[in-house]
Amino acid sequence: MSPTSESQAAEEPVVEESLVEEVSIDGMCGVY
Amino acid sequence: MKLVEHFQYGLNSPICLTWELTYACNLACVHCLSSSGRRDPRELTTAEAKAVIDELQRMQVFYVNIGGGEPTVRPDFWELVDYAVTHDVGVKFSTNGIKLDEARAAQLAATDYVDVQISLDGATPEVNDHVRGPGSYATAIRALENLAAAGFGKPKISVVVTRQNVDQLDEFKAIADRFGAQLRITRLRPSGRGADVWDELHPTAEQQRQLYDWLVAHGEDVLTGDSFFHLSAYGEALPGLNLCGAGRVVCLIDPVGDVYACPFAIHENFLAGNVRSPGGFEAVWRTSELFAELRRPQTGGACRSCGFYDSCQGGCMAAKFFTGLPLDGPDPECVRGLGEQALAARGPDTVIPKSDVDHSRSAPRNSRGPVPVTIGMRPDRACDENPLAGLKVPVAGR
Amino acid sequence: MSTDGPVFNPELPHRCSPQVALRPEPFGALVYHFGTRRLSFLKTPQLVEVVSGLERHPSVHAAIEAAGVEEAQRPAYLRALAGLAANGTIEERP
Repeated sequence: MSPTSESQAAEEPVVEESLVEEVSIDGMCGVY
Repeated sequence: MKLVEHFQYGLNSPICLTWELTYACNLACVHCLSSSGRRDPRELTTAEAKAVIDELQRMQVFYVNIGGGEPTVRPDFWELVDYAVTHDVGVKFSTNGIKLDEARAAQLAATDYVDVQISLDGATPEVNDHVRGPGSYATAIRALENLAAAGFGKPKISVVVTRQNVDQLDEFKAIADRFGAQLRITRLRPSGRGADVWDELHPTAEQQRQLYDWLVAHGEDVLTGDSFFHLSAYGEALPGLNLCGAGRVVCLIDPVGDVYACPFAIHENFLAGNVRSPGGFEAVWRTSELFAELRRPQTGGACRSCGFYDSCQGGCMAAKFFTGLPLDGPDPECVRGLGEQALAARGPDTVIPKSDVDHSRSAPRNSRGPVPVTIGMRPDRACDENPLAGLKVPVAGR
Repeated sequence: MSTDGPVFNPELPHRCSPQVALRPEPFGALVYHFGTRRLSFLKTPQLVEVVSGLERHPSVHAAIEAAGVEEAQRPAYLRALAGLAANGTIEERP
């Protein structure tokens, strides 16, 4: 697939925001 | 927008929540956050509890952390756990281990979507039992042995970090490894009976630093219930959401159906409503004044200008409240020392709030250990010397 | 990150893991994995559509296309889905 937006070397002004965020919620603060 | 920002404004349903099933408990830990001991006569019935689970299913709450008191002393405990997991609500329950014999351990090993958390506050009987009472260390270890033997995958060991056990962190980790368990450490807060022992038991400033360093060095596999985010001000933020979820993504349902922002804030100021009211839990979560207040953007108050406010967030609301500190100021354990200053600045007029929700047994709240309770026969009339008083003797001819 | 499982192949049919609960939110969706106890946050409604639609399509590519993802965005979506495969949220359909 042709890398249309790949530019590891140079910093793009618009940084691609990841589409997924992952977090562990063992308990969460306020939960046992 | 990052996840944590969405969470600050609250969600339509909690992600998970704490559910204290009963105030009854076989122990009398000196720092009990819920001041448990005696059952409350108004506790939710089995049917009412199932109705709550139905609501949680409808709201797609992912899981509940069931605690108390000691939840397993409720006769319907196992029935309720089963009802929850067969209605799309995962369960983690927090226990001192008293009922986890081999049979129950085997049963749990065969049940999906249940996690078990054993409370332990010392890596040795001396340290543990000093806070939790004689025999409690042995009970916890026995439960862990039974779970391991039954093949229950990765129970949790939950440790409240105190001045007395902070040097035992490596040993706690070793115990967890020995039983195939995962270590979870959590913060001591001046809540419930914790208020009476907080001054002597909460970690010193040096020990907080020690704890932070330990977490950074060894803590990848250690859960913290996200309760140490105030330590982020030491530098590197610890993994987790670094967010107070109270009233936003989590809350507490107590044994009589009262809904509080968090289990460390059992006090009328943090009471959002009751599940027995019209609309049930859902109505409380979605329309309570208190929760609407908590979901408004927080300004940070006096902490706003601190460079660490982003990760520290002013620390723990309950810790501030129960030490008589203003909620818009530093946490009493602020790692920059600003909390200590604030504590020292409390005048003789400072009101230290006290919850009137107290189910402690007859032992004085500031006693070191549980009072042994002996159950004996009492004659019908206290002054009757006849040992057969009150004994029904069949009478011929009746 | 260790890759114990099979390498992600977007040509194959996939689905949400049965151990996962997906809860739509105004900002996307929350995804909770009961086995790993991890919470994931899908940050765009389009990604939510892709993930929930996986089981109806013969390949991940097809699901992405059906959700109307712009060509330029597709590499990012594939990376995101590879991550979801790695953490067990999605899996190959048996």
